[in-house]
Amino acid sequence: MTLTPFVRHTGKCAALPRANVDTDQIIPKQFLKRVERTGFGPALFHDWRFLPDGSANPEFELNQPEAADATILIAGANFGCGSSREHAVWALAEYGFRAVVAPSFADIFTANCFQNGVAPVRLSGDGIDEVLRRCRAGRGVYRLTIDVEAQQVTDDAGLRAPFPLEPYRREMLLRGLDEIGRSLLEEPRIAAFERSRT
Amino acid sequence: MTTPRTLFDKVWESHVVHRFPEGPALLYVDLHLVHEVTSPQAFEGLRRVGRRVRRPELTVATVDHNVPTGDRSLPLDDPIAATQLDALAHNAQTFGVELFDLASPRQGIVHVIGPELGLTQPGMVVVCGDSHTSTHGAFGAFALGIGTSEVEHVLATQCLVLSKPQTMEARFRGRLSPGVTAKDLILDLIGRIGTAGAAGHVLEYTGDAIRAFSMEERMTVCNMSIEAGARAGMIAPDETTFAYLEGRPRAPSHRDWGRTVAAWRHLPSDPGARYDRRVELDAAAVAPQVTWGTNPGMVTDITGYVPNPGDFATADERQAVERALAYMALTPGTPLAGLPIERVFVGSCTNTRIEDLRAAALVARGRKVAAGVRAMVVPGSQQVKAQGEREGLDRIFRDAGFEWRNAGCSLCLGMNADVLRRGERCASTSNRNFEGRQGAGGRTHLMSPAMAAAAAVAGHLVDVREWS
Repeated sequence: MTLTPFVRHTGKCAALPRANVDTDQIIPKQFLKRVERTGFGPALFHDWRFLPDGSANPEFELNQPEAADATILIAGANFGCGSSREHAVWALAEYGFRAVVAPSFADIFTANCFQNGVAPVRLSGDGIDEVLRRCRAGRGVYRLTIDVEAQQVTDDAGLRAPFPLEPYRREMLLRGLDEIGRSLLEEPRIAAFERSRT
Repeated sequence: MTTPRTLFDKVWESHVVHRFPEGPALLYVDLHLVHEVTSPQAFEGLRRVGRRVRRPELTVATVDHNVPTGDRSLPLDDPIAATQLDALAHNAQTFGVELFDLASPRQGIVHVIGPELGLTQPGMVVVCGDSHTSTHGAFGAFALGIGTSEVEHVLATQCLVLSKPQTMEARFRGRLSPGVTAKDLILDLIGRIGTAGAAGHVLEYTGDAIRAFSMEERMTVCNMSIEAGARAGMIAPDETTFAYLEGRPRAPSHRDWGRTVAAWRHLPSDPGARYDRRVELDAAAVAPQVTWGTNPGMVTDITGYVPNPGDFATADERQAVERALAYMALTPGTPLAGLPIERVFVGSCTNTRIEDLRAAALVARGRKVAAGVRAMVVPGSQQVKAQGEREGLDRIFRDAGFEWRNAGCSLCLGMNADVLRRGERCASTSNRNFEGRQGAGGRTHLMSPAMAAAAAVAGHLVDVREWS
């Protein structure tokens, strides 16, 4: 699958400063029965976003007016833990998020982000605290720039925070690479490996 | 002299097909397990660009996540679930992949049938689009959960692109006390290191307690590695492993057995092998565990109390505990033993093999499920179910008032009709107590099979050690 390259993105932020947000919360299991990669956005954070009667939960962070049209999610530690369901990333992307900024991410979730051109941006404790503070003070107009090429997060008010990216994953994001196509270029090596084991 | 290597190092190094200049490896996969929920988009991806499954004979599929565990006659009541099952059947046929479907006597939870068939073997790389693939590490395999795009990648290339994780040794000194199980051991570890405690690492479980475990107990431990955030969990193969595998349908043949076992004996970590991190625990000090919160790290002894948010160190933790207690409808200071429950679930890839069912049946024998409690036993596979029936466990459970059902993931994740109703409290042998995991608004307490069976009889959480 070819992805849209992700070089840099500037967008509005929404904060969900809770630790250990698991993929069951991001996309509850009752929505996993689809056989397509689409249709998950409306169910993002379903059990938090909606009350049992189906109406919007007025207390949930993403239902606040200032969170409307956000494309960058500011989250807590160990974001995306639990189930391997890639549906969680499909839901985040379809809802409109291009990046998630957090102090740490679960391993499988991180891999799933890269497969879908969503940037998992890991900021240090100080960096994330400052971004959260500015996001809250910004009251719905706070914008961040995620620069994958320079591996840094910036805003209009002088914030500059670096984030780590494995070179391979950075390249995938920058070029919107199809990982399968790339690995298939190594077909002779795969075949040789198989021969060596028999 | 060569550098001493860990079990994981050995498995990793023997599967590297290529190292990309930018760092990660192209890692060869020996066994790819597939189920109905995380595979349809992957097969569709292949179909769209005309790719084939590179090694269909190394790929095995079953249906488990959304299958009914009651009446299995077709058509299914749930048309959307039926679509997923049909899609897997169609994909398996088109791409030449073996499928254990609802009609198969070998159907079951993917992490139960892999070992049961002898598919999972020491030294392998095993993947599946499911986080509890870590279960297979009990055999000394490097087994990890992957996302659907990676499932497609493995189908197309028989390889996975992965950067080498770090290693972490969890050593358990001594032996477990009576009434304490493998489930308690792993919950105790997760409680200590937290749900991200092993993130980025492969956990290797070592020590006397692990060596004394059966394969099924080892699977319970490795299964929950992901709940500690680990990339995988592993246990070095030994005589217990070889004895379990010998003669299973897909294990190496009698002719190859001696040679294969000789190779497997080289897998355990060398003396002096270096781990990036280590943690050591006293197995004898572990008590039966029960979770009180909304992640598996929120756990304590059954003799303990619902904690007070004020006792936690950071503002983030206090906020998380407050949220968890509100969701769980629990008041700080309440003793966990005595907490009334309405539902009991003995099932899941963590705790629903034959030894688990025997342990629960031992408690249930001659007793009755308390009034107002609905208790379910969902065997991990149809083979486990048949074995349980040969041993008369079904009769013990039914006589006690438990439901005896067909194999599947069932109430562990509630994708089928087996769900908690809003506000119901459940004693569960599964692996996740996340908000809504077993049903929107449902409240899950994780524990061992014996503890869950005892809770069913008592109608509330109890310390099973008092029931000998």
